[in-house]
Amino acid sequence: MLRPGQPSHPGLSLLLSRLAAMPIESLRRRALDAERDLLERGITFTVYSDATAIDRILPFDLIPRVLTPPEWHQIETGVVQRVRALNMFLHDIYHGQKIIKDGIIPAALVLGNDAYCQAMVGFTPPLGTYVHVCGTDIVRDDSGQFLVLEDNARTPSGVAYVVENRHMTARVLSDLMTGLSVRGVDEYGLRLHNAMVDIAPAGVSNPQVVLLSPGIFNSAYFEHVFLAREMGIPLVEGRDLTVEDGRVWMRTTAGLAPVHTIYRRLNDDFLDPAVFNPDSMLGVRGLIDAWKRGTVSIANAIGTGVADDKAVYAYMPRIIRYYLSEEPILPNVDTRICAEPDALAYTLEHLHELVVKPVAESGGYGLIIGPHATKAELADFRARLKADPDNYISQPTLKLSVSPTLTDTGVAPRHIDLRPFAITGRDTWVLPGGLTRVALREGTLVVNSSQGGGSKDTWVLA
Amino acid sequence: MGAGMSDDVLPRHGAHLIARHAEAMLWLARYMERIECLARLLDVTNTFARDEDDTRNWLSILRINGDQEAFYARHAEANLANVAAFYILDGENPTSVQSAMAAGRENARTLRAIISTEMWLQINVFHSRIRGLTAADLLPDHFAGVCSMLKEGAQAHTGVTEGTFYRDQAWHFYMLGRYLERADQTTRLLDTRFNAMAPRLDAGDGAIDAGQWNTLLRAAAGYHAYRRVHPNGYQPKEVAGFLLVNTAFPRSVGLNLAQLEWHLSQLRTRYNLRGGMAALERVDHLNSTLTQKTVSDLVDRRLSPFLDWLQREIAGMHGDIVEGFCGG
Repeated sequence: MLRPGQPSHPGLSLLLSRLAAMPIESLRRRALDAERDLLERGITFTVYSDATAIDRILPFDLIPRVLTPPEWHQIETGVVQRVRALNMFLHDIYHGQKIIKDGIIPAALVLGNDAYCQAMVGFTPPLGTYVHVCGTDIVRDDSGQFLVLEDNARTPSGVAYVVENRHMTARVLSDLMTGLSVRGVDEYGLRLHNAMVDIAPAGVSNPQVVLLSPGIFNSAYFEHVFLAREMGIPLVEGRDLTVEDGRVWMRTTAGLAPVHTIYRRLNDDFLDPAVFNPDSMLGVRGLIDAWKRGTVSIANAIGTGVADDKAVYAYMPRIIRYYLSEEPILPNVDTRICAEPDALAYTLEHLHELVVKPVAESGGYGLIIGPHATKAELADFRARLKADPDNYISQPTLKLSVSPTLTDTGVAPRHIDLRPFAITGRDTWVLPGGLTRVALREGTLVVNSSQGGGSKDTWVLA
Repeated sequence: MGAGMSDDVLPRHGAHLIARHAEAMLWLARYMERIECLARLLDVTNTFARDEDDTRNWLSILRINGDQEAFYARHAEANLANVAAFYILDGENPTSVQSAMAAGRENARTLRAIISTEMWLQINVFHSRIRGLTAADLLPDHFAGVCSMLKEGAQAHTGVTEGTFYRDQAWHFYMLGRYLERADQTTRLLDTRFNAMAPRLDAGDGAIDAGQWNTLLRAAAGYHAYRRVHPNGYQPKEVAGFLLVNTAFPRSVGLNLAQLEWHLSQLRTRYNLRGGMAALERVDHLNSTLTQKTVSDLVDRRLSPFLDWLQREIAGMHGDIVEGFCGG
């Protein structure tokens, strides 16, 4: 929690002394309370690979992760800057494509990208906003520098845990918080609703916003419920919506009622069988057409996946400089694109010390962490990499920052990351803190919830 | 309802109810109500129906749900161990507590953005308790306790709902489901008993088996209320009237029809919804048919066909509501 050279903060010292005074038995008792509470409330995360249980709780570590005001300031301004650049980039690649013409980024990487959506060419969504909700994954290296690991500009999840974790802390560790000024996280739903109203079609005075979910079996269904409640809007599935006369309607007990903004938690491919996957049972036929007519707004926009592609990520510092004429406030992790011959050669040579990730996967699947891999795994991966270099990027293995975490053997350091959430309607607002994920197993670097990670409450001190 | 509240003309923004959710509301209420009824019936059968013919008593539960065939496909004999396993543990049996709870929770999950947090919490905890039941819990020394746990869990759901569920459209659909289920369960209960006793009545025996009436009324949670209303003993037409026509007994068909009518009217007047017409007409018709006179007349000439008709009407009303409000 404290690192050399970190500016002290009275709240941090108070927190540390309180924690130190808490017997380990007390912490364990509270952790058990928290775990039971999570189970009873069914705050669960579905893991696709585990067929035996569709529900599993995301483990909660009760020792909060703390960010001081200057630390948060850098993250907040850095995220706002990044979201601005992402939105400008998306507008550009679906219009004049100046960034390609100016030779900043290879055309193939953008136009040949699986996530590049022809239906978006020439179309401008309301306010020019594409990425209304952005989750930026940030880590910290051994020098204390924050680094962006990846952008999540499609349908990022996890924000419900931010709020629920805070409630959990308040429930089981209220004595730790007493008298400390921690910035609140409760206004997320309100802010998101306001942004959805911002982007609603012009001329609608009291827009109907809905949350479009794939349904109760989706891994993030709990979050969809959470957000629908926090926003006070109906939680709908594709079958509840229909398009008639170029407008979107929902089937209610009073018949069809108009829908003006859709916060969708359904991937592009499933949104509209008329445009994308014709087999999708989850989407709404004619939705994209209605959107392009301007009778309904959709957040996030379609085709934003180009911007959070792992290969495009490598260009983000240049993208920020290009559109904003500013230096990135949050730097990238030093990233090599294996599609480039030099980078591939370097990666193959240093495989044992690098992290190599497929660009098309998420959730920590299919990656290799060189220093932790066996000789056989390295050889196997080398072959895969050579066979399809375009599919991979490589990064140095970072000495990730750690946070005190309650483990079977007492309080011990565990690796963490951070995903702040930014909402953009007319302006961009960043929820103070974000989701801190923690690798619960000793030495593990992978914090993804689908790979056994847990989460912590994240305190931004005022 | 105060006069001022009628100015609050709905639907307004934010007050729309997704049709699919309205239907899920009906089912959530029905499944939870079903658990309570089934638990009470098992408990009462176990406690009070221990006369010379044990099999007949356990068989009557199977008849209520029309489950004889499904039961005998799995079990050789109708006794406590088998019937309890069939109705409490058996997830393959769609009429078991296990199945009702799973289906109830799935509906609650669909409705989680609408129902109160405390409703969800209670359902979730109750669900895991039911899932954790094993054959050992059904042994004679545990069985009564398990029945109590099930009944209390379902009643806790009812109480939490009463105390925390916001009373907008969704609540009305929930209540419709509850009253439909209660009316249905009471009709079924009465039907099996009248079937079982029909030969004796036809024989003009007159020697009414007090124990059986007793059990029937207890299974409907109406024993003490009935004693208070009819302290002089059991008359078939009075028992049938109590369960069908009485407007003060919470599980009588008559009272439940009145409640259904009220909620349907609320949906029309307060929310300006047009979908309840067919259901309301059916309530009207049932109300005019279901009088003490009808019941007294029918008791002599077999009540059973009338009860069958009632059950079909109640199922028809569920259909009317789904079709009228949820687009079929």
